[in-house]
Amino acid sequence: MERPLKFSCDRYYSVSFEDIVDFFYRLAELADRLREEGRFFEYFPRKPGDRLDIPVKATVRVKHGFPIFQKGGVCMDVTNVEQAYIAEEAGAVSVMVLDKLPYDVRKTGGVARMADPKIIENVMNSITIPVMAKVRIGHYTEAMILERLGVDMIDESEVLTPADEVRHINKWLFKVPFVNGARDLGEALRRISEGASMIRTKGEAGTGNVSEAVKHMRKIMGGIKKIRNMDMEDRIRRAREMGISSELLDLTIRIGRLPVVNFAAGGIATPADAALMMWLGADGVFVGSGIFKSSDPLERAKAIVLATSMWSDPDVVLEAQKMISESKSMVGIDIKSLKPEEMLQSRGV
Amino acid sequence: MKIGVLGFQGGIYEHVNMLKRLFSEEKYSGEVLLVRRERELNKVDGIILPGGESTTIGIIMDKMGLTSELRDKIRDGLPVLGVCAGAVLMAKKVVDKIVGEKEQDTLSVMDIGVIRNYFGRQVESFEVDLHIPEIDEKAFRGVFIRAPVFEILNDNVEILAKLGKVNVAALQNSMIAVAFHPELTNDYRIHLLFLKMVKR
Repeated sequence: MERPLKFSCDRYYSVSFEDIVDFFYRLAELADRLREEGRFFEYFPRKPGDRLDIPVKATVRVKHGFPIFQKGGVCMDVTNVEQAYIAEEAGAVSVMVLDKLPYDVRKTGGVARMADPKIIENVMNSITIPVMAKVRIGHYTEAMILERLGVDMIDESEVLTPADEVRHINKWLFKVPFVNGARDLGEALRRISEGASMIRTKGEAGTGNVSEAVKHMRKIMGGIKKIRNMDMEDRIRRAREMGISSELLDLTIRIGRLPVVNFAAGGIATPADAALMMWLGADGVFVGSGIFKSSDPLERAKAIVLATSMWSDPDVVLEAQKMISESKSMVGIDIKSLKPEEMLQSRGV
Repeated sequence: MKIGVLGFQGGIYEHVNMLKRLFSEEKYSGEVLLVRRERELNKVDGIILPGGESTTIGIIMDKMGLTSELRDKIRDGLPVLGVCAGAVLMAKKVVDKIVGEKEQDTLSVMDIGVIRNYFGRQVESFEVDLHIPEIDEKAFRGVFIRAPVFEILNDNVEILAKLGKVNVAALQNSMIAVAFHPELTNDYRIHLLFLKMVKR
């Protein structure tokens, strides 16, 4: 275990946060000039002035900055205020409010939509940690509703039934930051180009099976390593195939990681699962059905929080794993038993 | 000089990045290390408590048995820079703007009271230029993300920066608390102020 742990233990990256933020503004500069001439649809961030005597909200810096402070933490899916209290008590860095847990979305079938704004509001008024909520892929109006409501982050999520089969929301238009799911480097960078402030693996939500999240995290991190060794002309070709600018790909290679915070999600059910995802390079984890579909939610939530923060210390991960009992884990679903149309991850590429 | 960054949760590596740049540009011979255990705490000459979720950091710090050691060290004069959630951890009194009084264990080392999420939720997060006379005349870009503000509980707490009527940076003995995030800019003057304090 010694060698690989050392390899990814250090999350240090040599480009400063401000330089990364500035990159997105620079990409937008040409579009800005065209827009001033009235020739361009607004599809990029607007740069605030160099001197700010009055406060400016919703800059790229504050949108990309928000997830920085989620790193090393656990965001937990909740469906009501009681569960939100448990999450906060256990040490979650945020909660994700849903109408149904992904496991139940699978069971119930039908169309899965944004959660009830009244429930989200109740949760927002009860806990001090950030509150996120999901919208359907491409559903601008659900996103506008949540922005008005004041949630801290929106998850444009494949767990809900997509509203647009081929397009995602242009997230640069919103004041609230977005997180999007991705299965590989191309998906991740496309979502970042659309304005996502944070990426998470898709995994296969509601299964309690971490294997798909592992596959996706490996593909994202492996994709970066592979392209790093490519000649420039091959990199440009790859960027074209991915449908992103070659500059964004170059930045990603330069810093050796995604230029936004990158969490793991989809099937994480135990402290060991969470620590595994951290070891593979995740900045933190989302736990969906894994906590409130188990029969020991508070203890499990505490254990997953501890294992996520202290993942590089085997003694502490062992202690965290001892806090739960395997007989109380959610039973889970074997991915191989799912039909292709039952896979949530293939929604929205 | 060894500077520690409390390494449990939050914007940890952004401080590491800033300190490394500061060391090389200002020609300090220094080292940055993450602090998660008592043995690491014993090595450092100063510590940064980074931004994150103060409840989460507090819980893990407690679980790892570091809370009382860190509290003792700071009371004995270990210089500390607390940023956002880090400042919440230093405060003697904590309330939340919306939820109000909430039981939260902190290090309780600095005579400030914090109001968490004072400016509102994430959509209200903002950046603005601040004036910090203690540093110099040039404006400092303050990045406020679900930021707290401070009230002063003791006369020997010095206000470093104000935004309108509220306090957003404060100094007491060898403790600095800031409500905004200097590590999200390229401006290391607050970190430099801290290093000078460590050097003394």
